[in-house]
Amino acid sequence: MIKIKKLGFSYGDNVVLKDISMELQEGRIYGLLGENGVGKTTLLTLLAGLKDVCEGSIEVDGQSPSDRKPSFLSNIYYLPDEVPAPRRKAIDYANDHGQYWSKFSIGKFSEIMRVFDTDENQRMDHMSYGQLKKAFISFALACNTKYIFMDEPTNGLDIPSKGQFRKAVSKYTSEESTLLISTHQARDLEAIIDPIIILDRRDVLLNASLDEIARKLYFDYTSDADPSALYSEMIPGGSIQVLINKESVESKVNIEALFNAVLLHKSMIKDMFNK
Amino acid sequence: MEFNQNKPIYLQIADGISEKILSGELKEGDRILSVRELGGELGVNPNTAMRSYEKLTNDGIIFNQRGIGYFVCEGARAIALDKMRTDFLENELPQILRKMRLLELKAEDYLK
Repeated sequence: MIKIKKLGFSYGDNVVLKDISMELQEGRIYGLLGENGVGKTTLLTLLAGLKDVCEGSIEVDGQSPSDRKPSFLSNIYYLPDEVPAPRRKAIDYANDHGQYWSKFSIGKFSEIMRVFDTDENQRMDHMSYGQLKKAFISFALACNTKYIFMDEPTNGLDIPSKGQFRKAVSKYTSEESTLLISTHQARDLEAIIDPIIILDRRDVLLNASLDEIARKLYFDYTSDADPSALYSEMIPGGSIQVLINKESVESKVNIEALFNAVLLHKSMIKDMFNK
Repeated sequence: MEFNQNKPIYLQIADGISEKILSGELKEGDRILSVRELGGELGVNPNTAMRSYEKLTNDGIIFNQRGIGYFVCEGARAIALDKMRTDFLENELPQILRKMRLLELKAEDYLK
């Protein structure tokens, strides 16, 4: 379990994160959403122990990531947005680097590479950016770590690869693994992320399961405009509106509409979900 | 799998399994995919697949044999048929009838 308490981080005078508190349960695939520049990447690097916290604390199974203990590092994998392009075959890279993670499986790496339709015998510096990204996603899942942090993993993937990514994440993780995946393309990860975290520079606006969201908010896809809607947007064939779920009718959560509704009504949504 | 707009995904997945039982693609006693396999096949969160299975289990359509997997119940077809009919009559048919009225179409012209 991950416990973040009153976390703050600044680069000099530039405050990136302030007073962030949240808990992440095990066995979930969390989606981390937020506008550009709210500190999603900073939060992920802090969780991975690549930076020291300025204020507050982070505990991952009771350990502080910045202590960088081997028992912690062998249990996490952090996939940055920008990945390097080593001058060697993907399979050789995987074999060498996999040694740092005790549960790494080369068989699983090869299998996911096949699912992604990417040649493990190709040199990584000769791959397209999308192929390279898929090689690193395969590696991340093959490490079999308890925690996987991915920063914008679908960036650079073509449309079929985005679908393959969702399938791979569901299939190649276990009940024990916890993923935190950041994205600003909510649509790329629709259906795979649950719970949803929406981050603001100085606040966690939302940290809730789809089940809880669907109980409290109603997503309406008809064409009749409702003046009490928290958010509404015209889409082809009608509109999508986010309403307070007064009649306890379950609807399909639309993550983009949710995101926009939350940004428009920050304090109201916080009150609604903190009850 | 393309999901339609208004129904929660876990219910759409449950409907899909019920439809396979009605069509005979899945038979009573058959073993169905594990939660992870289903999630992987559809590209949905395993937790969502789990909720579909919980719904079908509560409805008496599938059952879980601990440590082995999920199976289609004896008598599942009759239950699925009843549930899907009720859902169709309450939720889908009124919309179809509304649209037919809008388009000035008469149902009896299409019932042959």
